[in-house]
Amino acid sequence: MAVTKADIVERIHEKVGFSKKEAAEVVDSVFEMIKDHLEHGHKVKISGFGNFVVHDKRPRKGRNPQTGESITIRARRVLGFKASPMLKKSMNDES
Amino acid sequence: MATTAAQPSSDDAGSVTKRDLIDELVARFPRFSRRDAEVMVNEVFEGMAEALRDGERIEIRGFGSFVVRHRQARTGRNPRTGRRVDVEAKRVPFFKVGKELRERVDLSAGEPDGGQS
Repeated sequence: MAVTKADIVERIHEKVGFSKKEAAEVVDSVFEMIKDHLEHGHKVKISGFGNFVVHDKRPRKGRNPQTGESITIRARRVLGFKASPMLKKSMNDES
Repeated sequence: MATTAAQPSSDDAGSVTKRDLIDELVARFPRFSRRDAEVMVNEVFEGMAEALRDGERIEIRGFGSFVVRHRQARTGRNPRTGRRVDVEAKRVPFFKVGKELRERVDLSAGEPDGGQS
């Protein structure tokens, strides 16, 4: 089962003692703030976790792999995530 | 909600750090002390890091999901010396952006300086 926002809320409620309602508001706000920044093209850096970066992609020629038809892929903005070395290391220690 | 995208901190133009998020949270919820906000923001990411350490998948609706991918051991080369090196099998985190966020990020293309087709 995947870990969801509800699990993070539960964790804050248990470890820090805020009500679930308060914890939920905070968790929602944190993700909402990050989304706002990314939408504005800002880079979001979370030390110990990773960086979220918006990349501008130029338009390019592509092909429909099914039909072989040549198409133009428009300029896009995409989101990338680069995990922090600390997170990567912690995922590979011992285990 | 949330149209209050504060400006990123001045030190690194265009970059937002965890500390900026904590400041924004305090501005948004004056009833929390800075210390409270700090602890909660840290718990959010500590909770996610712990899940990934346990090999679990994380799903944040509207934001995206994180999965753990397994890379097999392989023989690589030191690009400088050309010497063979054994690279151990490892686990790497992988982020897949959610639909809502993907669209929000993409739609902002062409606004400030994004390319237009």
